[in-house]
Amino acid sequence: MSETSTTEQTTGIRPQRSRMSSILFILTLIALIIGVSVCNKLPAEHPLYVSNYMVTLLGKYLTYAILAVAVDLVWGYLGILSLGHAAFFALGGYVMGMHLMRQIGDRGVYGNPDLPDFMVFLNWTELPWYWLGSDHFAFTALMILLVPGLLAFLFGWFAFRSRVNGVYLSIITQALTYALMLAFFRNEMGFGGNNGLTDFRELLGFDLRSDDVRLGLFIASGVALLLVYLLCDSILRSRLGKVAIAIRDAEDRTRFIGYRVESVKLALFTLSAMIAGIAGALYVPQVGIINPGEFAPLNSIEVVVWVAIGGRGTLYGAVLGALGVNYAKTWFTGAFPEAWLFALGLLFVVVTLLLPRGVAGLLKFKRSSKAAS
Amino acid sequence: MSTPQPSTSPAVFRRDKVFEFLIPKQVEDLDLSHGTALYLENISVNFDGFQAINGLNFYVNTGELRCLIGPNGAGKTTLMDIVTGKTRPDTGTAWFGQKINLLRMDEAEIAQAGIGRKFQKPTVFENLSVFDNLELSMAGTRKLWPTYRARLGSETLDRIEAMASTINLLPQIHALAGSLSHGQKQWLEIGMLIMQNPVLLLVDEPAAGMTHQEMDRTVELLTRLAGDHAIVVVEHDMDFVRALNSPVTVLHQGSVLAEGSMAEVQSNPDVMRVYLGTESSSC
Ligand SMILES: Nc1ncnc2c1ncn2[C@@H]1O[C@H](COP(=O)(O)OP(=O)(O)OP(=O)(O)O)[C@@H](O)[C@H]1O
Ligand SMILES: [Mg+2]
Repeated sequence: MSETSTTEQTTGIRPQRSRMSSILFILTLIALIIGVSVCNKLPAEHPLYVSNYMVTLLGKYLTYAILAVAVDLVWGYLGILSLGHAAFFALGGYVMGMHLMRQIGDRGVYGNPDLPDFMVFLNWTELPWYWLGSDHFAFTALMILLVPGLLAFLFGWFAFRSRVNGVYLSIITQALTYALMLAFFRNEMGFGGNNGLTDFRELLGFDLRSDDVRLGLFIASGVALLLVYLLCDSILRSRLGKVAIAIRDAEDRTRFIGYRVESVKLALFTLSAMIAGIAGALYVPQVGIINPGEFAPLNSIEVVVWVAIGGRGTLYGAVLGALGVNYAKTWFTGAFPEAWLFALGLLFVVVTLLLPRGVAGLLKFKRSSKAAS
Repeated sequence: MSTPQPSTSPAVFRRDKVFEFLIPKQVEDLDLSHGTALYLENISVNFDGFQAINGLNFYVNTGELRCLIGPNGAGKTTLMDIVTGKTRPDTGTAWFGQKINLLRMDEAEIAQAGIGRKFQKPTVFENLSVFDNLELSMAGTRKLWPTYRARLGSETLDRIEAMASTINLLPQIHALAGSLSHGQKQWLEIGMLIMQNPVLLLVDEPAAGMTHQEMDRTVELLTRLAGDHAIVVVEHDMDFVRALNSPVTVLHQGSVLAEGSMAEVQSNPDVMRVYLGTESSSC
């Protein structure tokens, strides 16, 4: 066939994109999931034993890593500096929290089979309409995607169509999360006010306090991160991913070759919010509480700092940043609790000045200089 | 009914067959039956009190190569901004063919309808390779899902390779566009424009930063593209305009000052006064 000659001719110009970093990342993640699971099952006196405390801590970090990937997708590749992604994370968390509240049933302090304790405390007699359906897991799972997705869609619809960009967009996203925080603080909202939702017992019939279930949640978070990574990677490797980078670098030019910039932004921003929602939903059963503090504007800024430190514009960089910074945070807040924010700020400044491409950029540079020599 | 394009095969390159895609595809509504690709009538644009375009009338025939000259600030780039949807005029009408009202469309729609543009300051996607720049510009779907699913077939690869060799960037095909020289970026942007396969090409100062050799190639390329495409070229380099050897429109203070061949225009006393007079010293 004549096919062969064409292919031979053109293999020369077909871009050879290395999948090494992706493969390495996936293998490392799988090794981490399996390694932690196995080591958790070792006897406690074994040197490689990973404590249950550590398992839950790592599970929490993994949900942060998912959130960081969501932020990197829109910031690193599309140029939308969202300072409100914690809002989508918290919304996913609240949806999960509502389901977990309903799972308590009549075992609450007031023993009301239909109403969560805080509603009984407020003398409410029936469940508000927006709590309906939250006792079904499938409905909850759907809402974990839909609630953050819908908010992001509406927000993006107005913001991107009126071409709000740059600093202005970032400020509006901060306002969005701040407004939600104030709203969720109100008792009348029906989400437990400043106490939030807590005292969870079971998820899908599994006792959340059991060690095996905690390990299961850690594994679920790891698998979720893996799937989210694969999804984002497939988008970024596609032509759509190149369009995203084109928009980031020269938005107008992208319009003049016929791409609908608003649609691309809207689609990826909505997807990113859904991913953040998944992260929040996995976070809540592991930490056992969700309250309006999760909407705090500072939280969203911290996520951006993780991504910047890890390496904006590389997915594994975002993961590295989330895991690394949070590990450092745990250690630091134990050793010098007052100094954490200063340390984080300092780290951020140092990285932005010395490593504009983050830690991942350092790895890349090392590899390419090795290849050159 | 829309008239088919002139049937002359694009003589741009030798391998005619591969380049069938270079014959512009007719957009559904695009009606060029009267032989006019672009109608701008009575266009005025005012920027905060400054009249950048003033009652401008400007027509481009299908397949025509037209040079647009005029001193700095004459409104040449603004004219292109209006046609491509970047700037909305205060008054006037802008039609693409008989049926497409450009003033009702946004940038992406206008681009999809078949108007492509090269910017005065070369604008390429610096963090993408030459290959990616050409791939993104290539005519084809602009919808989200098909863009996500798009695969690089051998036909696509052939087109990109041929274009890269036409614009002399084959050796740099996998280099980042940001690493190219100014002249190479100009070439890449021209390549991107042709990959889009528009019916009407607006080319703003293509020769800036090019060597004489590169300019000759650009002249050759533009001349060959004319016929199948309507082209408007803005250029300050008079040698370049002369080499294009086509009708010239002189713009001055936002309206047309003169129209005709280069020789006619050059001998027009108004033009000599406002424009060529200042240039002639350097010629
Ligand atoms: N967005 C804008 N806001 C205000 N003034 C503008 C804007 N765009 C262009 N102008 C002004 O309109 C006038 C025409 O500009 P334009 O860029 O069209 O000129 P030009 O003919 O392309 O000139 P040059 O040869 O220097 O490229 C200039 O005086 C310019 O300063
Ligand atoms: Mg100009």
